Amino acid sequence: MSRAQPEAPAARRRHHAALFAALGDETRLALVNALAAGEPRSIAQLTGGTRMTRQAVTKHLRVLEHAGLVRCRRTGRESRFEFDPAPLGEMREYLGQVAAQWDVVLGRLREFVER
Amino acid sequence: MNKRIERRIELKAPPSRVWRAITDHREFGTWFRVNLAAPFAAGREAVGQITHPGFEHVRWRAVIQRIEPETLFSFTWHPYAIDPHVDYSHETPTLVEFRLSPTPTGTLLVVTETGFDHVPAARRDEAFRKNDGGWAAQMKNIEAHVARPA
Repeated sequence: MSRAQPEAPAARRRHHAALFAALGDETRLALVNALAAGEPRSIAQLTGGTRMTRQAVTKHLRVLEHAGLVRCRRTGRESRFEFDPAPLGEMREYLGQVAAQWDVVLGRLREFVER
Repeated sequence: MNKRIERRIELKAPPSRVWRAITDHREFGTWFRVNLAAPFAAGREAVGQITHPGFEHVRWRAVIQRIEPETLFSFTWHPYAIDPHVDYSHETPTLVEFRLSPTPTGTLLVVTETGFDHVPAARRDEAFRKNDGGWAAQMKNIEAHVARPA
């Protein structure tokens, strides 16, 4: 949400699009499933038993992280990834409420200074 | 996700006009719908009574941070703090910044709100959401109206 948002509905659609795009990939869905199943995992753990390289897994994890579906926690030199959809949903809803309020308030400011 | 809100609007009024509307406490109160008794001063708390119909019982509070003429006005507050039964003072406040810059046709106003570390506990409360239903629905309606491309 750091980029300019010409209007809230468009921004929301962009978010949803990013979310769906992140999930619209077999490998990433598999990673989400693996993480959603339990404990935070390291890249090595996520790579184990698959034919994927560390770089490939990292790339996919970053996409998921960017979409807010996965969080990366660094412990010493190791990064562990975890899936947590709940805060994402709550935060999205909350920010949506606050942003909607701003749209209304700034609409009134526009009327006030342009009249 | 980035926990911030940003709105950019082009206003057909010069920065001096927009600046007055934002930083004169009476003018601010007109469009923000809050009745403020005293002028804004950096480092001071601004307190007023909300004048928005149906919310006249709600106190409005913010701590003014920076006042840089025709450039930047900022305050910290508790966003969306509309339930008089909830004590919002334990929540981490967010920072609201109004940045102005001149354009050929008027003023570009960029409003950002940052510091959303987590969803405040009060906003998770089911009761809050239920009480808030009408307000939120109204917001969405008006949002659709004002968010149309200029």
